[in-house]
Order: sequence, then structure tokens, then C-alpha cells
Amino acid sequence: MSDKYIAKSSAIASRLLGGEMMIMSAVDSTFFTLNPVATVIWQAADGRTPLSEIVACQVCTEFEVDPETARRDVERFVEELSGHGILLVSEHSIPDSATSPSEAA
Amino acid sequence: MQEMSQRALDLGVPMSVHFDITYRCNERCVHCYLDHDDHGEMTTGEIKRVLDELADAGTFFLTLSGGEVLMRRDFFELLEYARHLMFNVRIKTNAVMIGEVEAQRMVKLGVDQVQVSIYSHRPQVHDAITKLPGSLRRSMEAIRFLTQQGLRVTIANVLMTANLRDHAGVQALARALGVQYTLDPTITPKMDGDTSILNLRIPGSELNGVFHNENLVGNVEEFCAAPPVPDEDVMEGYPCSAGHTLAYISPYGDVFPCVQFPLPSGNVRRQKFLDIWNHSSELNDVRSIRAKDLPVCSTCSHVGTCTRCPGLAYMEGNMRGPSTADCEKSFHRTGIRSANMLRREGQEDRPISSGPLIHIQPMTAQPVVQQ
Ligand code: SF4
Ligand code: SF4
Repeated sequence: MSDKYIAKSSAIASRLLGGEMMIMSAVDSTFFTLNPVATVIWQAADGRTPLSEIVACQVCTEFEVDPETARRDVERFVEELSGHGILLVSEHSIPDSATSPSEAA
Repeated sequence: MQEMSQRALDLGVPMSVHFDITYRCNERCVHCYLDHDDHGEMTTGEIKRVLDELADAGTFFLTLSGGEVLMRRDFFELLEYARHLMFNVRIKTNAVMIGEVEAQRMVKLGVDQVQVSIYSHRPQVHDAITKLPGSLRRSMEAIRFLTQQGLRVTIANVLMTANLRDHAGVQALARALGVQYTLDPTITPKMDGDTSILNLRIPGSELNGVFHNENLVGNVEEFCAAPPVPDEDVMEGYPCSAGHTLAYISPYGDVFPCVQFPLPSGNVRRQKFLDIWNHSSELNDVRSIRAKDLPVCSTCSHVGTCTRCPGLAYMEGNMRGPSTADCEKSFHRTGIRSANMLRREGQEDRPISSGPLIHIQPMTAQPVVQQ
């Protein structure tokens, strides 16, 4: 997998509820809930950790899935959430200023 | 979303919090239930600490309201802080102080939606209710700024005797502006128990017209249908989300089950929010109530479909009792008398009154402002 960086968009609301993440887009009010695996990826989306590292260190180890399945599922997850604008994806690391709701953003 | 609400209920999470950050206001609406003097609002630091506690408690939906939120000079600082904590933020405002710059700031900070109170499409009626000359023009301008920035706006139209005929005009305004419209015929007693403003409530006969107007309620036949026979699920059900997944916090830190349910349950200046939420005997009492425990309502044919508000019932003197305003609504919606009406007819041995919509019993004023 070519390295990508993922970060949470600033235009969202999110909260952990009983181990699953609730996310709502502030752009179009679309609402998502993430299962525990997706929640782990979401929480690791800090804009600095390469996606490959998230898959290897968090998904594969914590959930005992084989790397190929994990990679495919994560790619799909990232594509879907970025399609809704709630996850930012870049070839380079993403600064905090892009992901934090602020007037300066 | 339904699923998440159920999960929050099962887990006992305060998923929604209505936070009045000030009672001060630049309008003086005739029907307002608040005391607008500042009796010692929480400071910026105190509010930020409470927001931290709410995030830790699992709150997702945060409504910032007042008074007028923009009367606080630190409003945008608080908003930015709340958004850093990833709340879904909704703002209730009269919008008079929102210009283009404020609208842009709200969008940048990712506000989910803004609800603006509009009483009439006619300036002389709206401004007479708010007692602020020019307020309709300024609120309308603000709505345009907000929608131009792409923010979702809802016009909230509180209906009372003074603007009884104007809901169609306000609805047309909302349509022209491309915003949502919501109508609310509820006028509540003042928070100190004073019931004088209840004479602004629209009379029952007019309520009948509102409930049979398809522009307001959609499918009239469905909306006004006779209630189905209540089953076991109904009798085991909770009255509403107040105290279950919803809490209210006043500018002085008082915690209630809901903005319309002034049962003092704790104060975040003295206790952690989660301690109040988990251990307050008042909240636990509210949570213990099922429909089957309501002495009058459990015998009422409307019990499964009534909008009975336990907060209004509390203000009438008994949170397990009927809410007269909702009895009137159920009656005028369906034409079927409520158990409460039948009981009172029996007691008074006379037909129900066609007089004012509400007869509130005197209540002991509850201290809502600590200190
Ligand atoms: S029914 Fe009354 S107490 Fe319950 S949530 Fe609605 S306004 Fe609040
Ligand atoms: S109509 Fe009145 S008596 Fe019947 S359930 Fe509603 S509040 Fe209770």
C-alpha cells in the first residue's frame, strides 16, 4: 500500500457511545456509526501516522485479521468516509490546523 | 439515529444537553418565562469545565441557548471550545446580533443548525411581541446571512394570542428563504412559578383550527386520528427523554431534566455533572416513572399518543399528574375527552369550560437560581 495519511475533518461532530463512534457531518448532517474496528482507525487518524502503520499496528494486532483483508477493508472505509468529507486523505502528513474546528482554519 | 437514541437510553448516556449560557437578552418578549437580570452567570472558565464534563459524559448534541447567546462577549470562544470537543452544536437565537461576520464565524466553526424565533411576517406584530423596534427586519437579515453561508436555519414560530393569525405568513417567509419552519403553541409559566403569561396562550377553539390545518400538520386524518388502545409497551414506556438522555443546564449551573422541567437536580458549580446525572435522587425519581405509574394518565385513552409533558405537569404541581395543556391538545386534536377532563367534569359536575386553554393550579415556587 502506498503510504497515505488520514485525519478527521473539522466539519464533523463525534462521540464514543458504548465502544462505537458516532459521527455527524456538519456539511450535510449525514450520520454514521462506526463498529469497533472502524472506531480504532478513526481514533488513530491523527494526520501523522501513516495508514499502513495504523493497519499493521492497530487493526491487524488488535483484531487478529490477516494483513491483506485488513488493507482491503481499510481502503474501502477510508474511501467511503473521505467521499462524505469527514475524513481527510493525503500523500503527506496533515497539520492539526486542518482538522481542528477553529476560526483560523 | 433511532438506534443511537435507544443505545444512549440503554446506557444511560445524556446524549443531548440544552445549555442556556445566559438569561440576558436584547429582546423583551411578552411571553418569555425568564428573569433577564444576571444573578451571577458562570464564567468562561466554568462553562468550559462543564463542557469538558459533558464531553466525558458522552453528550453529542449540544444546544446553546438563552436568553440571547450573543449577549455573552465570550460566545464565540465558548463555541470554538465546544466544537474542539466535537459536539454537534445547535444554536437558538433571536439573531438580531448576527451580521455577515458572525454568520461566517458560525460556519467556520461547524455549527450544525441555527434556530431563530420569528413571531410574525408583519413588523408591527413581531416587534410588539419582542418589544424591540426593528427586530423583525434585523432577524430576517440575519437569516439571509446565515443561509448565504450555507447554514441550516429553522424558523421557530411560537403561537400566542398576539400572533394567532400570522402562522401562514411566517410559513410563507420560511419558504421564500428556503429554511425550515416549526410551530409551537406552548407558552410555559415563568420559572419562578408566576403563571400570569399563560393568558397569552391561544384558546382551545383556535387550537382546533391549527390541528386541522394540513399546511401545519400534514395529513390531518392521520394527525387527528382517535388514539389506538394502549398496549403493554405503551404502559411500560417512559414519558419522554427528559432525565433519560436529555438534561438542561442554566447559566447559574443548575441542572434540570429539561428546559421545560424546572426540577432542581443539582448544580455543576458544586458537583461534577456526571455525579449529578448518575446520582441525583430527583433525576432517578424522574427515570423511575413509567406510563403505568401515572395515576390519571394511565387510565386515559390518549396515553399512547399524547404529547404529555412531565415538566408542564410538574409546574402544575405533580410530575406524575396530567399536563392540562396537553389534555387540551389531545382533546382538540381528536375530539375525545381526556381522563383528566372527565375526572374534573365529575368533580365539578359541569361541562368542560370553553374558557382559557389552561387552568394552572397555584404551585410552590421552586428555587431555580441557587445562591
Ligand atoms: S415532554 Fe416536556 S419535559 Fe419532556 S422533553 Fe419535551 S419539553 Fe422536556
Ligand atoms: S390527555 Fe391528559 S390525561 Fe390523557 S394522557 Fe394526556 S395529559 Fe394525561
